[in-house]
Amino acid sequence: MFWQQMVNGITLGSTYALIALGYTLIFGVLNIVNMAHGEIFMFGAFVGLILATKFNIGIFGALLGAMVAGAVLGYLMERLALRPLRRRKVSELAPLISTIGVSIFLESLALRLFGPQAQSFPGVYSTQLFEIGGLKISAVQILILAISFGLMLVLRFWLSKTQLGKSIRATAENIETANLLGVDTQKIIVLTVMLASALGGGAGVLVGLAFNAIEPTMGITMGFKGLAVLILGGLGNITGAMVGGLLLGVAEVFSVAYGVSSYRDAVAFGLIIVLLFLRPQGLFGSQEQQGGR
Amino acid sequence: MLKIEQLAAGYGNIKALKNIDLSVPVGSIVSLIGANGAGKTTAMKVIMGLLKPDSGQILFKGQNINGVATHKIVSAGLSLVPEGRNILCRMTVLENLEMGACQRRDNEVQADMKRIFRRFPILEERKSQLGGTLSGGQQQMLAIGRALMSRPELLLLDEPSMGLAPLVVSDIFKVIQEINQEGTTILLVEQNVRQALKIAQYAYVLETGKMILHGQAKDIANNPRVMEAYLGGKKVG
Ligand SMILES: Nc1ncnc2c1ncn2[C@@H]1O[C@H](COP(=O)(O)OP(=O)(O)O)[C@@H](O)[C@H]1O
Ligand SMILES: [Mg+2]
Repeated sequence: MFWQQMVNGITLGSTYALIALGYTLIFGVLNIVNMAHGEIFMFGAFVGLILATKFNIGIFGALLGAMVAGAVLGYLMERLALRPLRRRKVSELAPLISTIGVSIFLESLALRLFGPQAQSFPGVYSTQLFEIGGLKISAVQILILAISFGLMLVLRFWLSKTQLGKSIRATAENIETANLLGVDTQKIIVLTVMLASALGGGAGVLVGLAFNAIEPTMGITMGFKGLAVLILGGLGNITGAMVGGLLLGVAEVFSVAYGVSSYRDAVAFGLIIVLLFLRPQGLFGSQEQQGGR
Repeated sequence: MLKIEQLAAGYGNIKALKNIDLSVPVGSIVSLIGANGAGKTTAMKVIMGLLKPDSGQILFKGQNINGVATHKIVSAGLSLVPEGRNILCRMTVLENLEMGACQRRDNEVQADMKRIFRRFPILEERKSQLGGTLSGGQQQMLAIGRALMSRPELLLLDEPSMGLAPLVVSDIFKVIQEINQEGTTILLVEQNVRQALKIAQYAYVLETGKMILHGQAKDIANNPRVMEAYLGGKKVG
């Protein structure tokens, strides 16, 4: 029972971790919380759904399509809603408000395009069950675990080993220094927002598969969870986002399993509040002020 | 190599630079000295394109670089070791150096890295440590090494001796001279006036945004006004 819940929790948590990574990457380079991230995630879910149902594309194709859609939305958001504000001297809150605007716009657009009802992926993926040493694990769970951990590993490797990855980290730490070293930080910012949004779009498909319900409002709760994980893990910390996401997933599943299911979200957020009392800077955050802007 | 004409810049209402002229000949060390708040760092920021000037011209190798993006100024052959060093504390020493070469696509990056390690052996010893764990002097060496990794033709240094122990300071000045002898032109901003004038051929004195004096470094060092204000009245040896 315990291990079964653990597997369920880690599966759920891995999707939270993916979403939180998107917040973390953007927070790193821009020092803002992207309030539209949840809606980009929701759009990714719908794009994946449409590709899978209307075009009969396999799940990996749907996932790829969702990530591309996320990246495109990220690009548009950066060019239309964020960059114009960077050129001018505006209040630090302006880009935040701007992303709230984008989130409202995307949610209304989704209502229009996809309608208000919850829709679901074709059932083919959820029926198969495997038994490994007494643990029951569904094909969907395996898919979610493999994809989200795969993406996280690739991201980690990419950030630590490639020149572009290093440039993102340098920009996140101090944008002026990165600039002085010859990094085209404008380009890095666009790239990071696209990357983060692609991860969000991909997470949309995975969560859609896990809960089998996709609706225009799904971005809001998921957005808040990703945001909570961003803070829990330590603002802008990649490892923190991964561990924090897993922790939140596990906490949620256990609170349901041990009888407080109607307080599922309250328990999870309560846990975050307690953890933040103990470590105000987040699990992996450093004491000093983060970010270069 | 660098020619600044009638440059004015500031922050909103604060006019930090009032129509300054400055020129750095190829192969030389030029020192820019002045008290705290004189506008030295502002001048560096304007040259590197981090701050847009209000008016004036900045010519680098004859090209106007006024309004050009910072990363393009770096690829044109300028590099700044910023005030306070700005080490990337969450990246390793090696990664800091690699970032210095982030625009280079040639195959001599590794050779240059070796050269930096030969000049600063301590950096090689600590290459997998995080930048934030280095001492002040080591961070300054890393900042200089990192700036050199872009193979600049003109190296700007903003108060490289700030906050360092006297022994380390003389090391840093020696290194600056060596870098110059190996063919890099240098514009050195300093409050350590005595040393800065000793290694420079030419010097400028900035006071509250105005260039009040310039001339051969020897002459500046013996200028009564400079001796009074910056050298405690004593003659430079
Ligand atoms: N970011 C800033 N915003 C407003 N004023 C500034 C800023 N940076 C510097 N100044 C002002 O500009 C003047 C010149 O500063 P600076 O160039 O840093 O001098 P220095 O490097 O010679 O010590 C000072 O009066 C300083 O207060
Ligand atoms: Mg200064």
